[in-house]
Amino acid sequence: MDIDRKIDPQEREEFPDKETPLEYQTETGRYNILGFWMFLGAEIALFATLFGTYFVLIHRTASGVMPEDVFNMGLVLTMTFLLLTSSFTSGLAIHEMRLGYPRRMMIWVGVTLLLGLGFLGFEIYEFVHFVQEGATLESSAFWSAFFVLLGTHGLHVALGIAWFILIIIQVKQRGLIPATANKMFIASLYWHFLDVIWVFIFTGVYLLRLVIA
Amino acid sequence: MDLTWDEFIVTGDPFILAGQISILFTTVAIIFVLTYFKKWKWLWNEWITSVDHKRIGILYIIAALLMMFRAGVDALMMRTQLAAPNMPFLDAQHYNEIFTTHGTIMILFMAMPFLIGLMNVAVPLQIGARDVAFPFLNNLSFWTFFMGAMLFNVSFVIGGAPDASWSAYMPLASNDLSPGPGQNFYLLGIQISGIGTLATGINLIVTILKMRTKGMKLMRMPMFTWTSLITSLIIIGAFPILTVALAMQTFDRLWGTAFFTLQDGGMPMMWANLFWLWGHPEVYIVILPVFGIFSEIISAFSRKRLFGYTTMVIAVALISGLSFLVWVHHFFTMGAGATVNSFFSVTTMLIAVPTGIKIFNWLSTLYKGRIRFSVPMIWALGFIPNFTIGGVTGVMLAMAAADYQYHNTYFLVSHFHYVLIAGTVFGCFAGFIYWYPKMFGHKLNERIGRWVFWIFMIGFNICFFPQYFLGLDGMPRRIYTYFPEDGWFSLNFLSTVGAFMMGFAFVILIYSVYYSYRYEKRETTGDPWGVGRTLEWATASAVPPHYNFARLPEVESQDAFWEMKQKGVDPNDIDEYHEIHMPNNSGNPFIMSSFMFVAGFGLVFHWWTIAIIGTIGIFACMIQRSFSRDDGHHIPAEEVRETEEKIKEGHMNGY
Repeated sequence: MDIDRKIDPQEREEFPDKETPLEYQTETGRYNILGFWMFLGAEIALFATLFGTYFVLIHRTASGVMPEDVFNMGLVLTMTFLLLTSSFTSGLAIHEMRLGYPRRMMIWVGVTLLLGLGFLGFEIYEFVHFVQEGATLESSAFWSAFFVLLGTHGLHVALGIAWFILIIIQVKQRGLIPATANKMFIASLYWHFLDVIWVFIFTGVYLLRLVIA
Repeated sequence: MDLTWDEFIVTGDPFILAGQISILFTTVAIIFVLTYFKKWKWLWNEWITSVDHKRIGILYIIAALLMMFRAGVDALMMRTQLAAPNMPFLDAQHYNEIFTTHGTIMILFMAMPFLIGLMNVAVPLQIGARDVAFPFLNNLSFWTFFMGAMLFNVSFVIGGAPDASWSAYMPLASNDLSPGPGQNFYLLGIQISGIGTLATGINLIVTILKMRTKGMKLMRMPMFTWTSLITSLIIIGAFPILTVALAMQTFDRLWGTAFFTLQDGGMPMMWANLFWLWGHPEVYIVILPVFGIFSEIISAFSRKRLFGYTTMVIAVALISGLSFLVWVHHFFTMGAGATVNSFFSVTTMLIAVPTGIKIFNWLSTLYKGRIRFSVPMIWALGFIPNFTIGGVTGVMLAMAAADYQYHNTYFLVSHFHYVLIAGTVFGCFAGFIYWYPKMFGHKLNERIGRWVFWIFMIGFNICFFPQYFLGLDGMPRRIYTYFPEDGWFSLNFLSTVGAFMMGFAFVILIYSVYYSYRYEKRETTGDPWGVGRTLEWATASAVPPHYNFARLPEVESQDAFWEMKQKGVDPNDIDEYHEIHMPNNSGNPFIMSSFMFVAGFGLVFHWWTIAIIGTIGIFACMIQRSFSRDDGHHIPAEEVRETEEKIKEGHMNGY
């Protein structure tokens, strides 16, 4: 598959609707996108429960380490910057996909993945640091809620990276066709969603701590 | 977890030994029969890997009936133990295990799969579709549910059953008070099957929103499709809460977190809140589809359009919204304070309003209808008064102040059995019998069916009506025995008699499946009851061919098939056939779910290597699926024509 060739829907004879983007061309594709929105609805309920738990337990630090003593806002700001930028670059990837440039799309996905990996690296570094300071899953209800909320988000990011890699391989194998474009589009929806969740974590977990500490 | 061999396999209880032996013999017998008749390939190709929504529906229903048997035996053992004071039949520990598994299985592994099975069978047909939106995911949903249920069920022979009740309150369910693997089985079994439930919810929503046939506007959809849609929305809102709650309890038990602990700042009451934040919507997940089933049946056998269709839809939507606002009424006595309790008291009572609207809609549908008292219809007619008793006692329980008297007594036990049996179980039976010819091409014998109804319905009332009075008389729930001087003997004995009547009725129901398979006449039309109003009856044969409709029907009004019959239009009168696109079968979901079982089993016993192997297997299956190019297959127009001609000549009924 020549990924340098521009994909122009106008040239594609098998699709009657030339104005529709590739990812919406097939019926299966349209079902997948709506189904994924429904899944994101469930994910919102899932994270809402985790946030609810976190806020209920926010003062229950027991005799463990106090969060304000170990939170490193500079690090968090870097992570935020990386993840928000990655959301922008994944948007650019979809933009190039819509324009029909597979190679440019792949480049932007690559940038997104690097930013995502950077975020993940810093998060792992942060967790290791916390554990060294004595804040672990078992320290207190607060730290349990903290690690499970952020850990769930981090796990989502890790899975998102793996998923993007699988899709890149498929685009290389099969080219930018409705099936692969659909997967790419859905993975980017997922990536944006993780970004939104992070905005809430940044505000509700880290910024809020500056105020209540 | 360090276990010796005799701790791994549960020993020392004669009933469990009997269970182990019968499991062993049944397994050997099944393997022998499948091998002897060379049915392994058939089982794999036609059922295990099938993506046909009708077959998946049948699998769900078979699994649900098995689970009903298992949890029903639990119930009979409990009733035997309580039949007389100081009974030596079960000890306290065994009794705790049995009421825990009875509740968990009946709600999660019986009621839900039964209803999801009926949705699978009926909904795509009702909206004039050839399958669900995600057939592969549908198969995966079934197998994750099944493997989760199996993981939960093996607990009673391997490792020990959970014993902290189906609501698994903390700190009772913690490592300190519930040591051993039992509670882990509960957590992981439900977690795994929950994946399937969520997937079904997503699947049905997309199916119903996107795959309706031409002219099937939302407000023309059959009521069962409506209730399935709204139930699916509740699943999406509620199940993730359970996922998180279960995960947090799992973390507390396996990795020492402090979410619900008594020390380190944990909050045991948060478990109760999260559990019921899911648990109350769950109640509506198992009742709303039943309202849909009864709406279909009452309208069909009254041969009248459903009275107040629009108000019915609004009522279902209102109930689904309110279902998320009432959870505190499960623990009024835990000291939330008067203001909080009053709020939840009012929201709870509010639910009676839309539900009352529905009762009057059904009664008005019956009014001046030309009623035919077929078996599904008598279940529906039995449902209305019995369910209303459950509803009225529900409003009594909703009064927070009065609830301090009823709480944790048999009054409550009786209330929720009146809504869950007279509602959900009656509805499952009614739907099962109503759509039986759609699944198997012949009806269940009507004469036996009437006996089942009367024995079950009378037995149900004998079993549970006395329990209201036992509750008012102060008998607490979840006690394994009582003293003669408590004065609860006669009503308890009566209750036990009723329970065995219900068990007997269940046996006859299963017998009627066999009897009808042997002797009942094979249906030749798609509309065996003759009163069908909705599209599932518009197929060429009783059991639709796997593509359902050779030509997708077009709809101009509510009760589309009824209108066609009135106008003398035959939906299967087709001149020109077209090729049909259908999805391919896949073995991936079965294997992926098996790995989930392995991973779950490893976690239950803290066997990390096995858990990791299982997890790797799950991801391997996902990657395989991601790379597979599954675009389905096309049935040529010629083959469709041949199939349809065979059906018309009566040589073929569905499959």
